[in-house]
Amino acid sequence: MTDLVLETKGISKSFGALKASNNISLDLRVGEIHALIGPNGAGKSTLIKQIAGGLTPDSGSVHFLGEDVTTLDRVARARKGLGRTFQISSLAMDFTVLQNVVLGAQGAKGSPWHFFRNAMKDKRLLDIAWNALERVGLQDQAKVRTADLSHGQRRQLEVAVALTLSPKAFLMDEPMAGMGAAGSAQLTTFLENLRTEAPILLVEHDMDAVFALADRISVLVYGEIIASGTADEIRRDPQVQKAYLGEESL
Amino acid sequence: MSRETSLNSVIGLGLLLVPLWAYWADEPFIITLSTKVAILALAGVGLNIALGLGGLVSFGHAAFFGIGGYAMGILAAHAQTYVPLMEWPFLIDGTKSMPIIWLVAMVVSALVAVLIGALSLRTSGVYFIMITLAFAQMLYYFAISWPAYGGEDGLSIYLRNSFPGLNTLVPIQFFGICYALLMIVIAFSARLARSPFGLALAAARQNEERVETVGMRPYNLRLAAFVISAAITGLAGALYADLNRFVSPTMFSWHMSGEIMVFIILGGVARLYGPVAGAALYIMLEHFLGPISEYWQIYLGALLLLVVLFARGGLIGTLAGREVAHD
Repeated sequence: MTDLVLETKGISKSFGALKASNNISLDLRVGEIHALIGPNGAGKSTLIKQIAGGLTPDSGSVHFLGEDVTTLDRVARARKGLGRTFQISSLAMDFTVLQNVVLGAQGAKGSPWHFFRNAMKDKRLLDIAWNALERVGLQDQAKVRTADLSHGQRRQLEVAVALTLSPKAFLMDEPMAGMGAAGSAQLTTFLENLRTEAPILLVEHDMDAVFALADRISVLVYGEIIASGTADEIRRDPQVQKAYLGEESL
Repeated sequence: MSRETSLNSVIGLGLLLVPLWAYWADEPFIITLSTKVAILALAGVGLNIALGLGGLVSFGHAAFFGIGGYAMGILAAHAQTYVPLMEWPFLIDGTKSMPIIWLVAMVVSALVAVLIGALSLRTSGVYFIMITLAFAQMLYYFAISWPAYGGEDGLSIYLRNSFPGLNTLVPIQFFGICYALLMIVIAFSARLARSPFGLALAAARQNEERVETVGMRPYNLRLAAFVISAAITGLAGALYADLNRFVSPTMFSWHMSGEIMVFIILGGVARLYGPVAGAALYIMLEHFLGPISEYWQIYLGALLLLVVLFARGGLIGTLAGREVAHD
């Protein structure tokens, strides 16, 4: 299976008596968007942390580009090409928008070990940074202090920073969270095309976006994957309807 | 030119013009005070790299100030008694040459900072403050209990050390040396803040997670910043010892760490000229209020309280407004 980019093999994680992840096997293939959905408290964040490298699973393993990365921390996984965005925007708030993307470009393509040259005049990094800003439509906000951005713009910047890394896979934790309908639709269109660059493991609450985008959907409930399949299969799955989509008619 | 840049020029120029005026007016004491400001500002500029840029509240920078001081004291003491520092396995003589003393002060401070930093940076917040304080206190008591170099009484050096082509005993010439070093280090610090390293370090101060996610390690960045910061403060320590021609364990004391931090807070955290403004203000307060009361520091305390409560950007922040992100 050469088109496997990211894979978890039976990972489990407990906090005391709570099984936050119970034997989860999940994979992400070239060119696809794999959405992970589940009600609040299902263990999505715990799973994301184990994939990104903030948490080590109690058992099982995480593989990225055919390599076992279970013991690597998130810096090492980021360097291998795992581009992550956060559920709650995690940016350098005192920086300008441009500084945030240059930081990303520097992490991916440069090195912080230069003490004399001007980081904000490095043509190579600026090219990558501007390109990322233009792709998410933030180029007019480049000089704005990040703390002064609207919530939706911060979400866009999160994605832009991930783009500067030119990752081999994206790990997006609720990129649409708190976005307005227009912003959400715009980002949906953007992610639609992004999958050809690198596959996306998408955790999202916005069901319209999930069903519009995802090639495959996995449903996580109480730390277990109860169903996995195409959008249609998930819609029809009685277990999913009972556990999660119950009240809504889909 | 932004308001902060103009303000910086005024401060920088002021620190140059005051002693020049004093030279013309034959007021050597004012020159000495200005030299003291330049040296203490240098120590502050050093700490500001860790504190302002890196967000590392080191309450132990007296360790490096003291190491710089003792580097000067020990080398010069051996030179004035003609006793070599060590004879085995190779001969090391003392020296009266400032450049060599500076180099030794910076290198030893940096090496000790690698050790202190590597351990301290595993903690953060209050624990980091306390562990850096603890290391400085260890050195303080070590200096007190080391009789070979004066112990508690410290070490007197009869003649100021030499610098090629200058007579360092002339106050205005020694001031020139200190001022030039201060300007060089400020220029270096300005470049550092804009460099890729500075960008990553400032990002790590604001959001550690962000830096890790783009594949850089905050710990390594902070350790490097701590070491650079320590080397500069060590250089200032060597100059300070030369100014007084005297070294004592008080250079290692926690009061000293606090004083260096006070310069930065008074002047403005992370501001390029913050430590210069802060040190100048501090010395002026000491000079003008000192004769009025032995307890002049009560006024300093009140001022510090005002700054912390109402003017978080310090002197520079109040006069120049919020820091604009540089591009």
